Amino acid sequence: MAHKFAAHGHPIQLAARQSKKLDAEKANLQIRYGVPVTLHEFDALLPETHAEFLAMLPELPAIAVSIVGMMGSQEGSERDYLLASCIMRSNFEGPANILSLLANRFEERGSGTLVGLSSVAGERGRATNYVYGSAKAGFTAFLSGLRNRLAKRGVHVVTVLPGYVATEATESIHLPARLTAQPSEVAERIVVAVERKKNVIYVRPVWRLIMLIIRLIPEAVFKRIRI
Amino acid sequence: MKLAGWGRFPVMDAQVYVPRDLAGIQQLVASKPSVIARGCGRAYGDSAINSSATIDMRRLNRMLAFDPKTGQLIAEAGVVLSDIIAAFLPRGWFPTVTPGTKFVTLGGMIAADVHGKNHRKHGSFRRCVDWIDVMGADGTIQRCSREGHVELFEHTLGGMGLTGIIIRAAVRLRTIETGWIRQTTIPAPNLESAMTALERAHGSTYSVAWIDCLGAGINLGRSLVFLGEHANSPDLPAHRSLHPFTTPDKRKLSLPFNFPCFALNRFSLRAFNTLYYWAGAWNRGEKLVDWDSFFYPLDAIAAWHRLYGRKGFAQFQCALPLNRSEEGLRALLQTVSKARAGSFLAVLKRFGPQESRFSFPMEGYSLALDFPITTKTSGLLANLEQITIDHGGRFYLAKDSRMSAETLRASDGRVESFVRMRADSGWKNSFQSAQAERLVL
Ligand SMILES: Cc1cc2nc3c(=O)[nH]c(=O)nc-3n(C[C@H](O)[C@H](O)[C@H](O)COP(=O)(O)OP(=O)(O)OC[C@H]3O[C@@H](n4cnc5c(N)ncnc54)[C@H](O)[C@@H]3O)c2cc1C
Ligand SMILES: NC(=O)c1ccc[n+]([C@@H]2O[C@H](COP(=O)([O-])OP(=O)(O)OC[C@H]3O[C@@H](n4cnc5c(N)ncnc54)[C@H](OP(=O)(O)O)[C@@H]3O)[C@@H](O)[C@H]2O)c1
Repeated sequence: MAHKFAAHGHPIQLAARQSKKLDAEKANLQIRYGVPVTLHEFDALLPETHAEFLAMLPELPAIAVSIVGMMGSQEGSERDYLLASCIMRSNFEGPANILSLLANRFEERGSGTLVGLSSVAGERGRATNYVYGSAKAGFTAFLSGLRNRLAKRGVHVVTVLPGYVATEATESIHLPARLTAQPSEVAERIVVAVERKKNVIYVRPVWRLIMLIIRLIPEAVFKRIRI
Repeated sequence: MKLAGWGRFPVMDAQVYVPRDLAGIQQLVASKPSVIARGCGRAYGDSAINSSATIDMRRLNRMLAFDPKTGQLIAEAGVVLSDIIAAFLPRGWFPTVTPGTKFVTLGGMIAADVHGKNHRKHGSFRRCVDWIDVMGADGTIQRCSREGHVELFEHTLGGMGLTGIIIRAAVRLRTIETGWIRQTTIPAPNLESAMTALERAHGSTYSVAWIDCLGAGINLGRSLVFLGEHANSPDLPAHRSLHPFTTPDKRKLSLPFNFPCFALNRFSLRAFNTLYYWAGAWNRGEKLVDWDSFFYPLDAIAAWHRLYGRKGFAQFQCALPLNRSEEGLRALLQTVSKARAGSFLAVLKRFGPQESRFSFPMEGYSLALDFPITTKTSGLLANLEQITIDHGGRFYLAKDSRMSAETLRASDGRVESFVRMRADSGWKNSFQSAQAERLVL
């Protein structure tokens, strides 16, 4: 994601836990694209630190992308409320909180774009990942509300609903190739969506159709199928 | 999965891993019976295939530091040359040595110690390498250079991945003023005049000859000789000199399917070669060409290797010592011409002196040919190998897919010491490719 934006000439601020480990990536981005890159310590699970995090940034970014998320184990979270809570907070509370703070600053400034990585898993709860899915559902609704609020304020909000993406989180799962995007593909779509002020994007268009069908299945039927 | 090199022969079953970090590589080296590193898979044969563990290095692709005073770039082994060019050409830097495709990794260029059209003047890739970090069998990383761990350095350059996993390296880029090349085209009616033109071109930075392999008799070795120099700012027309590094975008042609084998029959080939020669002769003299067309004409046709059909093809590339070159080249070309197995691409280069333990180049001439794999190919290649050996020449492992261990030994006296080095250093058990097994390295 940072590569695609840097390639378009944007200066980059990378926020992460243990941001020190991104030193090499910082050098890589600077050398490849000749843009300034800074690293910032950020933990989505510590919302009380977010205001200070924002205050420490060298400048308010033009575009902010929230990638933070956590798949976690569905089975585990059925038994362990701490894990369930962590999944919910990582996918919803944390990202929503930082985007909220950014939204206020962008609104003051009268410009900016916010991007949230949610998931098609939030479109309908399924037995195999409803803890994660419900958090993403909350986040999707949050982004939609934020967009609605800021539409007349010069601030744009993009909701990204990737289908399968081949990343570290999904490395051990076998994903159907046709439905699975590469991270660079997701990034490319997001850059375009930001430029064209798209509202909600599915990375591969086929997912829009798949999710339409999944949403249309009557609950009486849906509850009996394994999907 | 099924894995092959660029020539799409041989195809083998192999476990491919794509580690994200050093720990991932260390774990593979420690747990697998043996491993081999793989870059972009541009070597033609089985150099980058190990059935139990082939390690795709392309996720280790960060550029770590650049010093604009010296042009030294430190980068991880999986960085692709096209990305280096994309990042540095607009700032006035270019690779000191480049192969004929930009879709190769830094690790692959070091392992094959690649050569370009400027070998005579600037040597092989080795020349621009300051140091290499290599992961050994025990998972530790050693920095080797001309000053420290010299033997590791010398054997890793040209060692085809058989001395360990190249993790990162420091290489030097050269300065350029524009993205353009002043190209001179010299039509040469036969081998002798092609060689004369190349000999005369000793002052040229870049030189190469394309040979029409179908030429026989007095036309034997009919060639176009291309010479090139980096253009300086004053060489550009006014409308280009404002943006000296901007070159036209080329539309990429792609071959989406395998050409049927008959597409490459003698007649279409003859027509192509003749056309090419006369078009070149027509364009004789000097003109400006952009860097991409000059260095990487084949990259413009994605997947051109499919031209040769489903069975794949074999490359043949040999280097001959200077004093036996003319005689050897004549014998090779006569054999090809007689077999009527015309090669699509035949490239002749003049090599300069070469230092190193196991790299391919030697002072003299290099001829590269490729043939579709048919029942006849194998016999023809065996003949070409024998002629090369008879003339004191040797073969390029990055192009080889079928040579025997005996042929290699007959051609190259350095093999035994390379093999001994591998055994003594503990590389042999841990780093093994299908090619190394075939050639008993
Ligand atoms: C169209 C075309 C034109 C070419 N022109 C030229 C030319 O002009 N001159 C020339 O010299 N070559 C040329 N080549 C050959 C090519 O440059 C070499 O085969 C090069 O090694 C390919 O790099 P790669 O990254 O694809 O490596 P691969 O093909 O994946 O691997 C090649 C070798 O490098 C080793 N290797 C790769 N990465 C590492 C690593 N990180 N650590 C240790 N070992 C590693 C592999 O084990 C293998 O032995 C050409 C190839 C093509 C397809
Ligand atoms: N992969 C898919 O198929 C897929 C599909 C749909 C949607 N998505 C969404 O796309 C996004 C990226 O997914 P991914 O596949 O790349 O997952 P991933 O590999 O697990 O990456 C998640 C990222 O979020 C960061 N993160 C997690 N918790 C954090 C916290 N509390 N504070 C700061 N950073 C935190 C992680 O950083 P650390 O390195 O510090 O852990 C990591 O960089 C996620 O929102 C995911 O839900 C993915």
